[in-house]
Formats: sequence, C-alpha cells, structure tokens
Amino acid sequence: MTHGATDAPLKVKAAVHATAPPTPTRVRRHAKNLGDRAYAGVLTGLALLLPLLLLAVAGQLAVSAWPALKKFGPAFLWTSTWDPVAEVYGAAPMIFGTVVSSLLALLIAVPLALGVAIFLTEFAPRWVRQPLGFLVELLAAVPSVVYGLWGVFVLIPFLRTAAVPPLKALFGWTPFFSGVFYGNSMLAGGVILAIMIVPYIAAVSREVLLAVPAHQREAAMGLGATRWEAVWTAVLPYGRSGIIGAVMLGFGRALGETMAVTLVIGNRHDLSASLLQPAYTMAAALANEFTEATTQMYLSALFAVGLVLFVVTIAINALARLLVWRVARGTAVGSKAL
Amino acid sequence: MSARAIRRRAKSAVMTGLVAGLALLAVLPLLFIFGDLIHKGATSIDWNFFVKSPVAAGETGGGVANAIVGTGIIVALACLVGIPIGVGSGLFLAEYGNGRLGWLVRFVADVMNGTPSIVVGIFAWTWLVRPVGHFSALAGGAALAMLMIPMLARTTEEMVRLVPNSLREAALALGYPRWRTSLAVVARTALGGIVTGALVAVARIAGETAPLLFTALGNLNFSTAINHPMQTLSLQIYVYATGPFDEWHRLAWAAALVLMGLVLLVAITARWVTRERYGVR
Repeated sequence: MTHGATDAPLKVKAAVHATAPPTPTRVRRHAKNLGDRAYAGVLTGLALLLPLLLLAVAGQLAVSAWPALKKFGPAFLWTSTWDPVAEVYGAAPMIFGTVVSSLLALLIAVPLALGVAIFLTEFAPRWVRQPLGFLVELLAAVPSVVYGLWGVFVLIPFLRTAAVPPLKALFGWTPFFSGVFYGNSMLAGGVILAIMIVPYIAAVSREVLLAVPAHQREAAMGLGATRWEAVWTAVLPYGRSGIIGAVMLGFGRALGETMAVTLVIGNRHDLSASLLQPAYTMAAALANEFTEATTQMYLSALFAVGLVLFVVTIAINALARLLVWRVARGTAVGSKAL
Repeated sequence: MSARAIRRRAKSAVMTGLVAGLALLAVLPLLFIFGDLIHKGATSIDWNFFVKSPVAAGETGGGVANAIVGTGIIVALACLVGIPIGVGSGLFLAEYGNGRLGWLVRFVADVMNGTPSIVVGIFAWTWLVRPVGHFSALAGGAALAMLMIPMLARTTEEMVRLVPNSLREAALALGYPRWRTSLAVVARTALGGIVTGALVAVARIAGETAPLLFTALGNLNFSTAINHPMQTLSLQIYVYATGPFDEWHRLAWAAALVLMGLVLLVAITARWVTRERYGVR
C-alpha cells in the first residue's frame, strides 16, 4: 500500500471542508427553528429602521424645501438677501458663516487635538494616560448650551479685554481684523467651536493611533530613529487617513453645532471678511427663526437651509468614516468620547 | 556622539515637550469651564432651587424644579423608544452584521452620529408637532431617541463582539437555539457594556438643546403632561442666558452647574460599570 492511497481521501475531505464551511447561519436556517427565524427577523427589522430614518429625514427635508428651491433655484446658495417681508431668500451669509467659523475652529483645534492624541498614545507616562484621557472625554460631555453660556459670560469678555486689542494692534490693517469689536462675532464663534471639537478630534485620532500596530514603532526605533522620528515617520503616516478622517469628523461637528454658536456669533445676515464682526450660521438661523417663520415660503426657505446643512454634514461624515475605517477597520471610533 | 545625533535627540525632546504643551493647552478650557461653573453657579444653589418653579421675570427667587423633572421625563421617553431599537440594531450588527446589510447599517449609524441635532429637531417638528398643532414633550423625547439610536447601536455592537466565541459555542453545543444563545448567554454577558453604552448615550442627550427648541419648546410652569410643552434644564439655560436680567444669568449658571453635575454623574457611573474593560487602555 502506497502513501498516496491513504493520503488521497484525506485531501479530498480537506478540500470539501475548505470550499464549503458549514456556516452556523446556514445550519440554523435548515433547522427551521421558528424562534431563531423570528429573532433574526425582529433584529433585522429594528436595524433597518436606521437607514429608513436617514432616508425619511432626507426625503422630508427635500419635500419641505421644494417650494423655496423651485422659486430661487441654485441661486439660493450664493445670493445674500434674506428678507422675510419681501419673501426673498438667499443663504449665502449663513453658508459663508458656517464654513468660515468651522474652518477657524479647525485651525485652532487641530494642533491641540493632535497634540493630545499623540501625547496620550506615544509620550505620556502610563499614569497620566488614563486621567488625561478621561478629562478629554469629560470635555466632550459638556453640553453645547453650557459652552454657550460660558462663551457669553466668560469667553467674550476675555476676548474683548485680553485677546482682541493685541490682535488688532498686530493685524488691524488687514480686512480680517477690521472694525469695532462688540463681542458677539465670528471670532467668538470660531473659538468656542474650537474648544468644543478638540476633545472629539482628539478622541478619534487617539483611537486611530492606538490601532497603529506596535511593530511600526518598533521597526523605526530599531533602525535608530528617535522617539519623535518614529512617531513622525512611522506612526503618523500609517494613521494618516484615519487622522484626516478624525479632522473631518470634527469639521462635520462644527458645521452642525447649534447652541453654543447661536449664543456667541451675533446672528446677523451679513457677509464680512472681518472676524470681529457678527455673523450667522445655518444651524443658528434654524434655531432662531424656525418658530418665527410665519409664511409657507419662509418656512420652506429654512427647510432648504436645513437640507443644505444635512447634505453637507452627511457627505463629510460619510467620507470621514471611510477614511477612519481604513485604519481602524469597522470600529465605532469616537463612541467612547460620548 | 556626533553633532547630528545630538541635534536629532534635541529635536525629539523639543517635539515631545511641544506635544505635551499642546495637550496641556487643550485641557485648560475644561478646567476653566468647571471652575467658572462652580464659582458662578454654586452660590445660587439652595433647597428652593430644586423644589420651586421659576417666578415671573424680574422677581428674585424661584428654582428649576420644573426643568429638572422635565429633563427626567423627556430623557425617559427617549430611552423608552431609543434603547430597544438601538440595542436591537446593535445585536443585529454583532450577530448578523457581516453581510452587506450589516455594512450599510453600520455605516448609516456612524454617519447619523454626526447629523446636526437641529436637523433632527426640525424633522421631529414636521412629523410630531405640525400634524397635532402643538408642541409636546413626546416630540422632544422622540427627537432625542433619534439621536440615541445610532450611538447605542454601535456601542452595543462593540460590547457584544467582545464576548468570547467559546461562550456562544458552548451554549449552542448544549442545544440552545441561536436566539436563546444570543439573548441569555451573549447579551447577558455583555450586559454591563450595553448598560454603559446606554448611560453614555443618556449623558449626551440629557444636555441636548437644539432638537428640543421646536419640540418640547419649554414651559415656565411645572408640567408632567407629556402631550404638552415641557421645560428641560438645557432649554432653561438657553432662555436665561439670552435674557436681559442679572437674576436670570445667575440662575442660568446654577442650572448649568446642576445639568453638568447630572451629566458627569451619569458619565462617571458609565465608566464605573465597565471599569475593568476601560482599565485596559
């Protein structure tokens, strides 16, 4: 008897096993267990509610915004008249204010947030990591309206007395810091947004950096890199798409943030290059004007603003998630940041 | 050691210091906010603050009993709707979520976590306020539930996936049907984590204001009727902060301190429930 003869059946068996592994699902379905099928059905039904809800929100916003979109067309996005009496609506000032305040927030928040994330994962001594991480998560737990309250009564007076005078002295000649500073302004909105999104970006980037395999660091340091060089050349490039995703998630947050911004940004339909002047955001306009909308067209214009805000944030979030998933596959990063 | 090596080491040290400095700077606002909350809020908190409703504008005294009770009721309504759907979706993602539908639900949940809450507010207004013709706590609870579901779905999934497969296999080998294995063994094991997820979600929605502006609206009187407007702490803070009276500003700080205390209490309880899991990191 040769060895080949005894091997052959085994190989066949192994091959069958490899091509058709009996998945538990398949087996259970054959068993036709009523309880199992009901359970799977109920869970699937509950889970389907999420996509349906998303579609419902999008659909409802589109339907309600339709009269305004039909009347004003795409010019709604770049005209700047907002006149409820004459029934003429253009959202340019609030779109501008939303984007500028959020970009200003990113400018301030990204270095700070990445500092926190890198420090927590790479440099901090072990005993610091937990309490500091916890503090950052607490910052994410502060309600928006509390930030707003603090912004009105602490941040704005601080800006007025301590921050704006030197800024004006240095950059007063540029259009970005021209005019008189009364307090409620684009600058105040951007700064409060920055404080709010730091913990969020930090929490997501921290989880991205934690997902970077240890051998990335070890290999770099094994080649003689200093600790910073290891971080800069091996860890950050590996997590790059995830960190970009984290920043975009923060941007999405800032775009849709309502209460804190409404309280400090000044709520005026103006287009001004100066950060010291009052401005408006889409979310703030909804918060302020939605219950005051007396005519159908006014209401429809506000729904159109909501639709723009919704579509933009959904698009940014979707892209950001895909980027984060490339590094930290399928994880709910940021979920621990509340 | 060559000059180059010294320079590289120095750079590493400088950058480490810079990163640590940035981290410190990022945490600073939190300390300021907590400090100001306690400094400006604590002096206004007394027994009356918890048991009385607001008095007319301009008068002194009064409390936020209506807002505290309202927050509780609206959050409870949100949990009633949000927890079954959120936890159910999370179980789906963990147990059956490896296919295309799972990917879609997971992706939608993550995307919806970033939806502006004010948009959820106007959605809830269109469906639950406009048809009946009046604002209600019920609509507020529904809006908050919509914010809760995607969060809860993802945290539940993560926690259920942490359960070792051997437990599942053992239960199946003993002849348990899949649904009982899932509920009585897997979900039971992950219960602590699921509770944490729910508490974290509660901590976040308890402070939400934007989705309540057009749904619960706010109410200066004490009310427990869920089909009428109801006050919450967050709405009260907003009204008081935007008002012209010093007395209101004082009460806003006190209400903010109470709200922050509640949120932190829930958040810290959440951490405590799963302390050993978080301890790993």
